[in-house]
Amino acid sequence: MSTTRFTRRQALKLFGMGAAGMAMAACATPPQASQPSQPAQPAQTAKKRLEIFSWWTNGGEADGLNAMFEVYKSLYPDVEIVNATVAGGAGTNAKAVLQTRLAGGQPPDSWQVHAGRETLSYVNAGQMEPLTNFFKEQGFDKVMPPFLLEQLKINGEIWTVPVNIHRSNVLWYNPKLMERIGAKQPPATLDELFAMAEEFKKAGITPFAVGGKDKFEASHTFESILLATFGADDYIKLWDGTDTMWKDPRAEQALLTLKKLFSYANSDRAALGWADAMTQVLEGRAAMTIMGDWAHGLGISKGLKVNQDYGWAPTPGTTDTFMWLSDSFGLAKGAPNPEQAIGWLKVCGSKEGQDAFNPKKGSIPARTDPDLKLYDDYLKASIADFGSKKLAPSPAHGASTTNAYQAKFHNILEVFSADLDEKAALEALREAAADNNR
Amino acid sequence: MRVARKQRRRLKRDHVVAFLMVLPSLIAIAVFVYGFIGYTAYVSMSNYTTARVDLSFAGLEHYITLLSQRRFQDNIRNLLVFTALFLSACLVFGLLLALLVDSRVKGESFFRSVYLFPMALSFIVTGVAWRWLFTPGDLEPTGLNLLFDQLGLKFLEGRWIADTTIWPNVEVSWLKTRLLVPLAIVPVVVAAVWQMSGFCMAMYLAALRGIPEELREAARVDGASEFQVFRYIVLPLLRPITLSAIIVLTHISLKTFDLVMTMTGGGPGNRTELPSLYMYELRFSQFNTAEAAAVATILLLVVSVLVVPYLRYNRRAQEVGE
Repeated sequence: MSTTRFTRRQALKLFGMGAAGMAMAACATPPQASQPSQPAQPAQTAKKRLEIFSWWTNGGEADGLNAMFEVYKSLYPDVEIVNATVAGGAGTNAKAVLQTRLAGGQPPDSWQVHAGRETLSYVNAGQMEPLTNFFKEQGFDKVMPPFLLEQLKINGEIWTVPVNIHRSNVLWYNPKLMERIGAKQPPATLDELFAMAEEFKKAGITPFAVGGKDKFEASHTFESILLATFGADDYIKLWDGTDTMWKDPRAEQALLTLKKLFSYANSDRAALGWADAMTQVLEGRAAMTIMGDWAHGLGISKGLKVNQDYGWAPTPGTTDTFMWLSDSFGLAKGAPNPEQAIGWLKVCGSKEGQDAFNPKKGSIPARTDPDLKLYDDYLKASIADFGSKKLAPSPAHGASTTNAYQAKFHNILEVFSADLDEKAALEALREAAADNNR
Repeated sequence: MRVARKQRRRLKRDHVVAFLMVLPSLIAIAVFVYGFIGYTAYVSMSNYTTARVDLSFAGLEHYITLLSQRRFQDNIRNLLVFTALFLSACLVFGLLLALLVDSRVKGESFFRSVYLFPMALSFIVTGVAWRWLFTPGDLEPTGLNLLFDQLGLKFLEGRWIADTTIWPNVEVSWLKTRLLVPLAIVPVVVAAVWQMSGFCMAMYLAALRGIPEELREAARVDGASEFQVFRYIVLPLLRPITLSAIIVLTHISLKTFDLVMTMTGGGPGNRTELPSLYMYELRFSQFNTAEAAAVATILLLVVSVLVVPYLRYNRRAQEVGE
């Protein structure tokens, strides 16, 4: 009799624990935290925690993130890090989950966001804390380029700590094909670029490989052309949330240049991703492609050597500018563990943290004092350019655009890649300009 | 008389008990289905267009924005074209397969499984696999084009999912979209039909097996040819199942998201984008919740326009049956 009662009670207890565990899981607490023993001992105070939200789930990105976690753990050994990641869609899926959590009032302590104007949506919604003073306290404002600090500002404040820098305006080319048309150097201006494209065409080589499947290939190519057409100083005015610069005749000229570039490219753009396009260049089926320097990582992963199997140059016409994009972390307003989050942001901005992350991710630090030994030839050159050239923020990757505007920008250019109708694209770009304020 | 009253009272009590039994699920459905549909409709008329929650009233603004926009008009065009092609192809192939299997071929169960098998796959798998097949491969020959090339059937090669042609490309003055069929959507239809025609076959097969042999026999005795038997006996008896198939397939097609997402992502130039994809972008990339809710509401209206007549027809059929 007593045995039955005992088991029944035990069963009930088990059931209760299970239900509590499920409830916790349902509250989007990551699996590490919902150990079944916790609900049984509510009296025990929880260990200090830090929840970091990102879309770095595999490859070099995840390794880099873990390396940064190691740095953090060595400084704050008593804090348990909850690594909340959501895979897929270049961050789209993660943004979706994050939106749900923020709308439900359950922010992670710190989340990944493209540095720059993309942060505006969160700032306007009052979901982030400003970090300008934090930058001064930590001395980050002394070790990051003034151009970058200026372009990071929204409403006069800095909101996120950039962890890495990628370069967007890079032309990747196949040196063997260059040799075949007798070209000694990569093109430096748009005119040289198209003259060379004509040579390639005559030799029966497709001059450009361009993708479209990942949505940002056309807009990515376009941002470099915009920079080349407007020049760094006027270029930045394109992103001020008005259509003034889009009414400038150079805007249409840039679209026509892009159209011309497309006429030298593969026509099945919609079916290729950026990696497919880069692969065509690496394998010698197309001569050139414009892509960010994560394409360098693809080259390495195929066992190829930069400057030997594949070459790079700044996109023609943008030689003295470095177009940047950056992943960064901010401080959530109402963060559950603000003290630990500040510690995390210190690591994010520190030389040690950035040198742990970037060699693994294949990007360069946002600081100008990295340990050069850790970086390969391409990245060394990139570090030098980043410290010495004018900087321009990338719209296709959120450095100069809000989430709302960015999605429209991608789509307008994707439609342009199919329709090749510059009048319609220009009209759409003018109409969308105001979205860069929200 | 007293007995009757007693019975009625008992009936009443039964009703109360029955009502109490279904009450929990009624409440759950009222809250979690109709409640949230109502909330979505409410959000679609609010100013919740950024990451900041703002539920103040905006009227029909978002509906007007959407309906007057080329992109959303393209979406609706694609949806209607996709549904029409998918539905008719599924029904025709389903019926043909069912007739083939029903003709008492050897290894019937084997063929049945083969035709039904694609349905067991996720649309994601279908999308990825057919994407490879339908990539035209301008730079690196691949997929179907490579196959045709190897077989010496070069004339069959196509632009497939990268085709930007809209056939016959008619402009209508009061529409921003151009009509009618974006050719890039045809490969998507092929993949969807490949996956779902087996389901149609299963339904038709069940219906065919339900037609009494005597009816056909009687017609044959009256001198009907095999075609006439099919045309005047079998086809009319398949009508109810056809209607059911249409409803099931239509709502699958209206809700399609994963297949298009993995196969084309909506490209080239929104030629295969469906409202469900646009809704996803609006909510999760643009953070424009109100407009996304408006898309959802429009989709719901489209679905109900098609499903409500079916439900009414079904009820009438049942009443007649009783």
